[in-house]
Amino acid sequence: MEMDPTTRTQQPIVTGTTVIGIKYKDGVMLAADTLGSYGTMARYKDVRRISKVSDNCIIGVSGEISDYQQIQKMLKEKHTEDINHDDGYSKSPKEIYNYLRAILYQKRNKGNPLWNQMLVAGYNNNKNFLGYVDLIGTSYEEDFVATGFGAHLALPLIREKWDPELEEGEARALLEDCLRVCYYRDCKAFYRIQIAKVTEPDEDGNMVMISEPYNITTEWETANFDLRHPHNGQDGSSW
Amino acid sequence: MFRNQYDTDVTVWSPQGRLHQVEYAMEAVNQGTVCLGLRNKTHVILAALKRSPNELACYQKKLFKIDDHMGIAMSGLTADGRSLIKYMRTEALNHRYVYGSEIQGNRLVLDVADMHQRCTQSYVRRPYGVGLLVSVVDATGPHLYATEPSGNYYEYVAMAIGARSQTARTYLEREYLTFNECNEDELIKHSLKALAASLSGDTELDVQSASVSVLGPDQSFKILPDTEIQKYLDIITLEQGNNNNNTNMDVDQDEPIIDPDA
Repeated sequence: MEMDPTTRTQQPIVTGTTVIGIKYKDGVMLAADTLGSYGTMARYKDVRRISKVSDNCIIGVSGEISDYQQIQKMLKEKHTEDINHDDGYSKSPKEIYNYLRAILYQKRNKGNPLWNQMLVAGYNNNKNFLGYVDLIGTSYEEDFVATGFGAHLALPLIREKWDPELEEGEARALLEDCLRVCYYRDCKAFYRIQIAKVTEPDEDGNMVMISEPYNITTEWETANFDLRHPHNGQDGSSW
Repeated sequence: MFRNQYDTDVTVWSPQGRLHQVEYAMEAVNQGTVCLGLRNKTHVILAALKRSPNELACYQKKLFKIDDHMGIAMSGLTADGRSLIKYMRTEALNHRYVYGSEIQGNRLVLDVADMHQRCTQSYVRRPYGVGLLVSVVDATGPHLYATEPSGNYYEYVAMAIGARSQTARTYLEREYLTFNECNEDELIKHSLKALAASLSGDTELDVQSASVSVLGPDQSFKILPDTEIQKYLDIITLEQGNNNNNTNMDVDQDEPIIDPDA
């Protein structure tokens, strides 16, 4: 009986695009759209790419969605272990971030990566935390980060506006603006987004809040996209 | 208690519901020299009595660092203790690599206790013949744990194990309520006094046989060098005057009082 040889991950199939994260006054915020692209086809339009990992930590993931699901499973296992220990201690956001780094780096060294770029965001010991880990095991902590196209399109906008004491409303507006630009220019982006934050506990004791998906407004009449504008259409480009 | 027909294998119960091999292993801990530990709200101190097999030999080390935030004292079969130390150090270091942080003390102690238990339920292994006192300062504060060959482990505010440890325990039971008000120096003095209580006959406590470690939130696990131990022993002697007691040293009465913080 003919058997296929063992193969390793060579390319992602169903993918998520940009995730953006920023630290702000009350904690840390992540934003991402809800699209799972099948190549350039906008196939799965309600993929929740931001998920809660523990009471004070969330992750936002771009790249291969099936690998994201695998990561969710692993993190859930770790969280369950913590609960079962029942000793008043659970892993901090930084420890979760380090754990992901160790896993991703090892799989990369074996030539079989989990094809993701992800942000780990949390709030612990009265300090916010934001880290980046990716498929080759790169990891770093930063005040604001973005994966995928967001790294090119969103980060310059954030650099202009960012301040460690950004209010929540300002932070949301900034993230929505960035995802709007990503939607205009990234062909695998989508107008339906989620915003999530981790802060000090609110009156119900919750630190994590992940919004339901909602649509962002877009404007296609601007000069850039309108062929009636004098400068457009002459060379075939829309820049 | 000893020598009956149900004590050859650890996998055999006695009619009284006891595993004699495990109990014999616990006796091995009592044959080792005394170790003790005590803590207050921030620091954990371990102290141990070192022994040398003969005049020509060195005194055997009893206190070991597992990680910056954790250390142990062992009593019993020190060779068994060494393999446990290796395991604990590997686990602590691996945790640092994977999670970027210090391992939680109670979780590692639980793992070690599980290792002990596996040996009480296997036909091909024997129980570990060593008791450990584990001092740790982690995210949940200072802790002192004791493991036993049976696989049980307990947390203590103060504890002593090994030969003649009952006298040390009696001393600790008398004094432990004051520990939370003690500073690091006072705790160290208590540990040495408790250690001295377990000496046999006329033996004196000296820097060769006394071993003390300190551990605190800003103090990574440190075994005190001989010079510092000597200072504490001298202070204890001065405080107790020239009474006939176990910590009696030939101290020149004209020497100035040593400042322990110097």
